[in-house]
Amino acid sequence: MPAVQETVERVRRIDVDQYRYGFETLIESDKAPKGLSEDTVRFISAKKNEPAWMLEWRLEAFRRWLTMTEPSWARVHYPKIDYQDLYYYSAPKPKKTVNSLDEIDPDILKTYEKLGIPLREVEVLEGVVRPEGERRIAVDAVFDSVSVATTFQKELKAAGVIFMPISEAIREHPELVKKYLGTVVPTTDNYFATLNSAVFSDGSFVYVPPGVRCPMELSTYFRINERNTGQFERTLIIADKGSYVSYLEGCTAPQRDENQLHAAVVELVTHDDAEIKYSTVQNWYPGNSEGKGGIYNFVTKRGDCRGRNSKISWTQVETGSAITWKYPSCILRGDNSSGEFYSIAISNGYQQVDSGTKMIHLGKNTSSRIISKGIAAGKSQNTYRGLVSAHRKATGARNYTACDSLLIGDQCGAHTVPYVEAKNSSATFEHEATTSKISEDVLFYCVQRGLSQEEAVGLVVNGFVKDVLQQLPMEFAVEAQKLISISLEGSVG
Amino acid sequence: MTRLGMMLRKNVMSLLEVKDLQVRVEEREILHGLSLTVNPGEVHAIMGPNGSGKSTLSHVIAGKPGYEVTGGQVLFKGEDLLAMAPNERAAKGVFLAFQYPVEIPGVTTWNFLHAALNAQRKARGEDEMSSPAFLKKVREVAKSLSIPQDMLKRGVNVGFSGGEKKRNEILQMALFEPAVCILDEMDSGLDIDALRIAADGVNALRSPERAMVVITHYQRLLNYIVPDVVHVMSKGRVVKSGGKELALELEESGYAQFEDAA
Ligand SMILES: Nc1ncnc2c1ncn2[C@@H]1O[C@H](COP(=O)(O)OP(=O)(O)OP(=O)(O)O)[C@@H](O)[C@H]1O
Ligand SMILES: [Mg+2]
Repeated sequence: MPAVQETVERVRRIDVDQYRYGFETLIESDKAPKGLSEDTVRFISAKKNEPAWMLEWRLEAFRRWLTMTEPSWARVHYPKIDYQDLYYYSAPKPKKTVNSLDEIDPDILKTYEKLGIPLREVEVLEGVVRPEGERRIAVDAVFDSVSVATTFQKELKAAGVIFMPISEAIREHPELVKKYLGTVVPTTDNYFATLNSAVFSDGSFVYVPPGVRCPMELSTYFRINERNTGQFERTLIIADKGSYVSYLEGCTAPQRDENQLHAAVVELVTHDDAEIKYSTVQNWYPGNSEGKGGIYNFVTKRGDCRGRNSKISWTQVETGSAITWKYPSCILRGDNSSGEFYSIAISNGYQQVDSGTKMIHLGKNTSSRIISKGIAAGKSQNTYRGLVSAHRKATGARNYTACDSLLIGDQCGAHTVPYVEAKNSSATFEHEATTSKISEDVLFYCVQRGLSQEEAVGLVVNGFVKDVLQQLPMEFAVEAQKLISISLEGSVG
Repeated sequence: MTRLGMMLRKNVMSLLEVKDLQVRVEEREILHGLSLTVNPGEVHAIMGPNGSGKSTLSHVIAGKPGYEVTGGQVLFKGEDLLAMAPNERAAKGVFLAFQYPVEIPGVTTWNFLHAALNAQRKARGEDEMSSPAFLKKVREVAKSLSIPQDMLKRGVNVGFSGGEKKRNEILQMALFEPAVCILDEMDSGLDIDALRIAADGVNALRSPERAMVVITHYQRLLNYIVPDVVHVMSKGRVVKSGGKELALELEESGYAQFEDAA
């Protein structure tokens, strides 16, 4: 059997049921009744002790959503979602208010352990003080729709950084939330974003005041833990003038039979000279070896470079989900602002990925850079869909796009769908795209040196995505590298 | 060889024994019953015209997919080599220096070498080598072969000149310390100085336990790496074997005289 054929066979055999993170924590939860109506929205808002304006905002979104239809332009296929057959809210019952680690449900802590969330986060949770100068990570743990623990609050507070669950921010910083929520992704934006606006459960809120460089990486781990519960995460990050923040998001989900809907919204705003770096490692349950189950991930992520010389950089490593529908985008509004999109999208089994970015050049001398690496294996379909547009007034707009696809086997597909719109003649857009098959000669070279077929594939793929991996913060890069090998090998652990 | 000689021979286990090997590629037979016996400590040279099957033989020994063995045997230390996975052969000590080494973008040379070495060690039940120990070792080996350090930091063979790629093959051979080294045209693309350095590297690895099979078109290489046995291959068979003087003879008269024999 030729090497590639052998690899293909092996990849085909991968039992995605072995999904490493497939387990559930039994935690009593209180759920909203199944289905979606104004009452559901009211229930959620009441659960969160929200002010009236927030409820009104949600209801408006809900009414809007009723008039909309689910989009069908993406290269993804799935059975019709019955929105009345889902739960829209569930929360672990808090035993009491959580002030310290001891008070956190030990089951939840165990879950983190199983997820292999490294000790450093546990240390963080335990408040272990690291030597001066060492990089720290603050974890705002979102566990099944409700934030359970928030750490490093003090240090962040000293710097003036606000980092808290958005549900708290709505109560504690209503003026900020009102000012920014829905200004990047309006409630009317698209079917899934509108749905999210109506029923979002929780997420993170970050505000970095003028001139402040956030003293640590901010990270959040999300999980879905209730059967039939849609996860509607909402994140809002604001970097005020001259500030900087790096935010990391990673998630895994337990195994289940029914499809799970996940429709998150992330909004980023940068003012003059500010920068946000947003990194994601996405590893939702991809479905079993027959393509059954798995998360439907319909995400709206958008950043608004509102100020001059501001910058937003998205880096994503997408390995999970049955369906991924996700286009982290940048609106380059401020003059001289810049946007970046670095992406690794891996699909295996029956996964379907339709992902890419939009770079909307509105300001003068704005620039953007897109580096996309798609890897398709098994019977998966992997589509890059990207839009680069320059407004009439966006003189001197520049974009560089490089889309590379790597195919493993002959039953998968990689597709590149670039849209380009230049409404002024001074825009310079460059686009490069390649599609290649994993080379039999390269694999043989590796195995002749002693590496197994799986190790060889992992090595070659990690080499292929190196440019993007380098964009991730160190600790994430290591995790991501492991994840990439796991998702292609099917080896457990 | 006398009958007695053959019997005596049998008692010393040969390192590599190719017996009546028949190989097809895409329905076409390339090797038509090739035999070759290599004993520990020996250096064999294989010469032969383009397309005679030299690389095919080396690929089959190393386990490259896509070749169909329709007859014969390959034994390594008496074991059926063809039944082993290619990485298993590597761990047991079969090394092939490729005629055309591939490029692996994004994978640094020393990461690759470290991963490969540890994979071999693991397969043999040995401890993995730590990064510092490995770095020390690879640096030493690189230095002995006049390979600049920064080459180790670059992607495997990416942007390497033809000669650098060949030197990188010798580097790996020195690092892995295999039992049988098959060198497929290691001299092609090397300048005179590089050839001497590479040949010195190969000679340094000559030992009573190790054997080498050197595939080449040029007698000149054999001035540096002096073989014990020279084989002439033609049309998928070994048509003549002899001492090192056979190579000189070939240089004089070419392969024409063997074409009919094949
Ligand atoms: N994959 C293949 N498909 C078809 N024919 C092949 C394949 N590989 C080798 N061959 C053929 O087998 C024969 C032997 O090739 P091989 O590469 O072994 O020759 P060689 O002796 O190494 O030649 P050279 O001195 O040019 O390197 C050639 O005729 C070649 O075309
Ligand atoms: Mg050859």
